[in-house]
Amino acid sequence: MTTVTDAVTEAPATTVPEPARRKSPYPYWFILPGGVVFAVFFLVPSVMAFWFSLTRWTLFDQEFIGLDNYVQFFREPALASGLWHTLVYAVTTSGLKVVLGMALAVLLTGPILGRGFMRSVAFFPVLVSTIGVGLTFQILMHPTRGLINQALDLIGITGPAWLVDPDWALLSVAFVDVWQGVGLALVIYMAGILSIPGEYFEAAKMDGAGAWHRFRHITLPLARPATVSVILLSLIGGLRKFDLIWAMTKGGPGFTSDVMASVIYKQYQAGFYGLSTAGNVVLFLLVILIALPLFWFFNRKEDA
Amino acid sequence: MRLGAVLLASTLALSACSAGSLGSSDDAGGKTQITFLTNNDPANVKVAEAVIAAFETKNSDVDVKLDTRPQGGEGDNLVKTRLSTGDMADVFEYNSGSLLQAIAPQTNLTPVTGESWVGDLDETFKKVVSGGSEVYGSPWQSISGGGILYNKPLYAKLGLQVPKTWAEFMDNNAKIKAAGTAPVAQTYSETWTSQILVLADFHNVSAADPTFAEKYTNNQAKYATTPAALAGFQHLEELKKAGYWNDDYASAKYNEGLAAVANGTSAHYPMITFAVTAIETAAPGKTNDVGFFALPGTDASKNGVTLWEPSGIYIPKSTEGDKLAAAKKFQAFLASPDGCAAQASATQLGGPFAVKTCKLPDDVATAVKDLSVYVDAGAASPALEFLSPIKGPALEQITVEVGSGIRPAADGAKLYDEDVKKQAQQLGLQGW
Repeated sequence: MTTVTDAVTEAPATTVPEPARRKSPYPYWFILPGGVVFAVFFLVPSVMAFWFSLTRWTLFDQEFIGLDNYVQFFREPALASGLWHTLVYAVTTSGLKVVLGMALAVLLTGPILGRGFMRSVAFFPVLVSTIGVGLTFQILMHPTRGLINQALDLIGITGPAWLVDPDWALLSVAFVDVWQGVGLALVIYMAGILSIPGEYFEAAKMDGAGAWHRFRHITLPLARPATVSVILLSLIGGLRKFDLIWAMTKGGPGFTSDVMASVIYKQYQAGFYGLSTAGNVVLFLLVILIALPLFWFFNRKEDA
Repeated sequence: MRLGAVLLASTLALSACSAGSLGSSDDAGGKTQITFLTNNDPANVKVAEAVIAAFETKNSDVDVKLDTRPQGGEGDNLVKTRLSTGDMADVFEYNSGSLLQAIAPQTNLTPVTGESWVGDLDETFKKVVSGGSEVYGSPWQSISGGGILYNKPLYAKLGLQVPKTWAEFMDNNAKIKAAGTAPVAQTYSETWTSQILVLADFHNVSAADPTFAEKYTNNQAKYATTPAALAGFQHLEELKKAGYWNDDYASAKYNEGLAAVANGTSAHYPMITFAVTAIETAAPGKTNDVGFFALPGTDASKNGVTLWEPSGIYIPKSTEGDKLAAAKKFQAFLASPDGCAAQASATQLGGPFAVKTCKLPDDVATAVKDLSVYVDAGAASPALEFLSPIKGPALEQITVEVGSGIRPAADGAKLYDEDVKKQAQQLGLQGW
């Protein structure tokens, strides 16, 4: 007993342990396995990508050509339209996911019949393989034999040619992306809405606020963190989308649904490895340039 | 420690059965086992199986194992990767011409210039499987001709003649359209099919300027500024503007195009004759209703066909010892009459053989007979991709755009010249 009290009384007298210097109970080498995996599979290739983007390389040799790849990439005729398509795609999908995700979340957190089942149904497309979704919709969207246009025919509407119409191709893929991805937005929104204390709604109801007012002045502002997450996730996802577009149109007809990622992929497929590496660096910077300011903007607003 | 040992052991076991040593269990029965890699097209696999069976009957000491890879760009990447990692099958099939140059034959393949069968090869084919002064391959399947497949019964019904000039072709189209049939089938759901009107026009380009291929390779001639070369793009534009495509051209597939021309729902389908092997599946019993003529140009007297050379059978440098000897036997077999016969027995031939000692059987498809007439008369040139190492990879997207009316012909040709430039630079050619 005495030793314990001694230690306790003595300790403040000799050394005051600063919080910063307190050692973690776990030694640093615990992070070594994870660190090695991260370095070998992420850090090293990323740094190498910056180097290879300055060379014209094949699998067999390489030649340093400075910034030529970047010059060439920005002269790429498909790139200008690809950049535009990427932005259109990202903004469309992100916007629709916010609106539809919010609407569905409000519906599915309300008192409706078969709520659990409906929630599962809405989330289900997220679990299906993107390639599978792409191929399925490719068949459904066939201009004459597809189920969608046949159904539209029944009610007297001649549907567009969807994936093979230059004006519709990109939007058609965006719609499918929303169909598949809205479940994720829904889950984030549901979590956001359910975390709003029920008292707020009760109090508002007492004061005579209608459903629209409760949504506009309670749900919408208090679900703000959820909105930020959905926008950021779906925007970044949209900017680097590739698999769905490739499965459905391969960037076609012609170049009309080409986005950054598919332009880069085609350069790689054609064997222009240096050029496509440069394209990846450009895409990386683009995503950072768009996502970081957005992130800061939203977070600052939240603090205020 | 024990976990470490287990891990180590399993890694060793894994590396022992990596693809490079697939044939390590061969010595059983004193046979040398070699692996043959080819593309996974079902018709192609059928030919490969027939060739292997015929080869093994003749060479009982060799056991050939068939391995397949995807077609198209994915297959290209796989071949390049396996070559660069020294992990290639003992003998493999791959494109000749510009795509062969892209896998660096001097670095990766075993030269076979001194082999006796090399003398039997068709001269043009020999050129397209060479790199520098060395020959690297024997032929896989037959030569094909690019041009127009047409429906013979429809031509007979409307009393039409096979056109020799573009003007005659357009006259025919007008009559066909008036009779209520789609004059030309296009199938843009499979984009590669959109290039034929440009690529198969090359005989007409070289008839107008025999040095075009050389100048093009040296960055001295361009599609956009050479009228004869630009014509291919203009033809696409003209046909689209005239409304001569089938209604579903944007969503139709290759097989549907073949079925359309075989059944007569479309009169013409610009295509390469290797397609005759697929007509039987697309439209059973109609193979001989499909005829073939060369893509018409401006001058009837210079009318001729553009030829696609067969792909080649190559041996990578990583094949050594007994396996090398066996692989060489297999390669030589494909340049022999026995090899040709084995291929002919398994498939509908798409054209004449690239081996002088091989004869075309009498029961070939009508379109192939039509093609042979041009070849025998000497009215034929190899396609540009066999004369020049550069072919722009985006051509199929550009021709889809021009053929769909999204982009004007002149603009498309200019865009293609840009695409070609990238390819030339990647290959490190002089003058770009």
